[in-house]
Amino acid sequence: MDWLHFALFTLIVFVFVITGVLFFIWYERRGLGRFQLRPGPNRAGPFGLLQPLADAVKVLLKEDIVPALADKPVHFLAPMVAFVPALAVFAVVPFGDGAMLADLNIGILYIMAVSSIVVIGIFMAGWSSSNKYSLLGAMRTIAQEVSYEIPLVLSILGTVMLAGSLSLNDIVKAQQVPFILIQPLGFLIYMTAAMAEINRTPFDLLEADSEIIAGFQTEYSGMKFGLFYLTEYAETLSVSAVASTLFLGGWAGPILPGFIWLIIKIVAVFSFIMWVRATFPRLRIDQVMAFCWKFLLPLSVANLLITAGLVLTGFNEQIWLAVPLNLGLAAVLVVLASRQFRTGGGHAVT
Amino acid sequence: MVLKTEHYVINVGPQHPSTHGVFRLRLTLDGEVIVDVEPIFGYLHRGMEKIAEGRNYTKNIPLTDRLDYLSSMINNQAYCMAVENLLNITVPERAQYIRVIMAELQRMASHLAGIGFFMNDIGAFSTPLLYMFREREKIVELFDMACGQRLNYNYMRFGGVSMDLPEEFLPALKKLLDGMPGFINEYDKLISTNEIVLVRAKGVGILPKELAVNASAAGPVLRGSGIKWDLRKNQPYSIYDRFEFDIPTGEIGDTYDRYAVRLEEIRQSVRILKQAIAQLPAGETMAKVSKLIRPPASETYTAVEGPKGELGFFVVADGSENPYRWHVRAPSLINLTALKEMLLGWKVADLMAIFGSIDIVMGEVDR
Repeated sequence: MDWLHFALFTLIVFVFVITGVLFFIWYERRGLGRFQLRPGPNRAGPFGLLQPLADAVKVLLKEDIVPALADKPVHFLAPMVAFVPALAVFAVVPFGDGAMLADLNIGILYIMAVSSIVVIGIFMAGWSSSNKYSLLGAMRTIAQEVSYEIPLVLSILGTVMLAGSLSLNDIVKAQQVPFILIQPLGFLIYMTAAMAEINRTPFDLLEADSEIIAGFQTEYSGMKFGLFYLTEYAETLSVSAVASTLFLGGWAGPILPGFIWLIIKIVAVFSFIMWVRATFPRLRIDQVMAFCWKFLLPLSVANLLITAGLVLTGFNEQIWLAVPLNLGLAAVLVVLASRQFRTGGGHAVT
Repeated sequence: MVLKTEHYVINVGPQHPSTHGVFRLRLTLDGEVIVDVEPIFGYLHRGMEKIAEGRNYTKNIPLTDRLDYLSSMINNQAYCMAVENLLNITVPERAQYIRVIMAELQRMASHLAGIGFFMNDIGAFSTPLLYMFREREKIVELFDMACGQRLNYNYMRFGGVSMDLPEEFLPALKKLLDGMPGFINEYDKLISTNEIVLVRAKGVGILPKELAVNASAAGPVLRGSGIKWDLRKNQPYSIYDRFEFDIPTGEIGDTYDRYAVRLEEIRQSVRILKQAIAQLPAGETMAKVSKLIRPPASETYTAVEGPKGELGFFVVADGSENPYRWHVRAPSLINLTALKEMLLGWKVADLMAIFGSIDIVMGEVDR
């Protein structure tokens, strides 16, 4: 009955992602409204719940414009190349004990591999648009997203070491207490790097509306733009889901069914991402790069070494000792690293 | 192997979300680094100065509203003062105070918008802007009470103001002023200590003292460079010599200094307003001025301290109903002249920060 399992879970994953994305769009617009002392969308349906549907209809009905000098096949393929991997990540996210499309024993590796493909889609879009703003966005994509992969992977490796497995289901099961307590530094690095990966404020330099208009999306309209929009939210959903799974105990939790716990955790992580978006301005590309290479990378290596030490000595089994030790170490390391760190901003390049 | 790279040209504007209207910059870039800038004006040009020479003096007041539309009141005031100089009109005390109240409110409103848009330019997702607009809205409500308009006020007249303040005006103003220090501290907390704002603004786009003077920059752009020059103190006009207030200055003239000067000026405006309310006398709000104005052949250059800097009107009268020459010294335009020096060597993202910190309104750049 393997085919039934796959068919059913593919459907579930698809419905989950699409409804999740629609919910996020609504939730973020309402949430940002609250942050910004304005009502937010509240006309379409109760509490504006039908707003994402109205947006979807609008986007579907819009004219699809392709610049005359664009590289047309690439321009056409780019949104799909970006969207499909964002969706495919959910194949290995467990919604309950073993409730996943594919329990890969290399789950995390799969996620890292598949989610990296999105970068190619974005670069294709920026490159093929025949627009200099898009080109700037495309160049920023490669610089930023490829760099941030490294601290991202290194921060995840900590949880992998603790759990002794690459399977997401095993990582959830291995969490006597949520890994955020034993890997606080790892979680911080993961969230920062992941927000850069999915192009969210303060790392939204790829589209940077006030600088390069919309970057790689400038020349996209209609449903192709809609796909990029969906990709962004699907990626946010996947980052929140992976963060919940790796650091917050995934589906594990008392009383309520597993997938409800997972959804609660996903929404909590997303709320944090939204809060950052509402508060911070945008960094500059060289500052973003400096932050990655000079701050996040050394920290994530330090985190990795410390975790390795913990696992080797068996300290991580002593939760009552490991939790305060890790929290303290994380605080000290962040303070020390931030004293050393310079963004390199504030000088004209001559 | 050395890769062969080329500079490329990119047009920022005329329609770009961060050019504060229709302004065009032709940038030559090396990667993201700006190696050359050519600012191109004129996309909003309306021939306003020429139009003004074909209309009589009174009918030109509404034109001034449309120059820097974020500080219409101060534009009104400057032009009215210029014509009053030609006609030797003495403005009644109460009207003088009302003008100062309006001008300082307008300065606050303009700076609030300026800081808000600056934050938007460096990529804050509207939150600071909307917080600024919360207070700006209260000020606009006050203007609405006084003259029934929300943007182009057209409130001042030669010899005074078009009508006295309504009863509800002063209580509402007092309420605003009581809350204002708290709100300003809130902006301070949200912006001035924000790590990302600091790395984006500190040391970025420095305008040195000498250059600021040589470019005849004015307002927060000049004061941000550390030069204590404010027409309200240095060439007191109207009744500004009766109030106590400080002139804030920056240290090195970077983007952050220009922002900080603006924020502090809002605080100082609150101080002036409190004194003005306390001293506000009763009486006439309009001097006796004939309907048809024919100043004797003469000329005047009358300047006030606008939110963006020295705003001056050069009016030449030839004894007829229309001005012979009508010229505006618009601070936004003149502050832009140092733009190239501020931009070279910085990146595309800094362009928006630096440009936003100059706080221009295209309505007065292209007249």
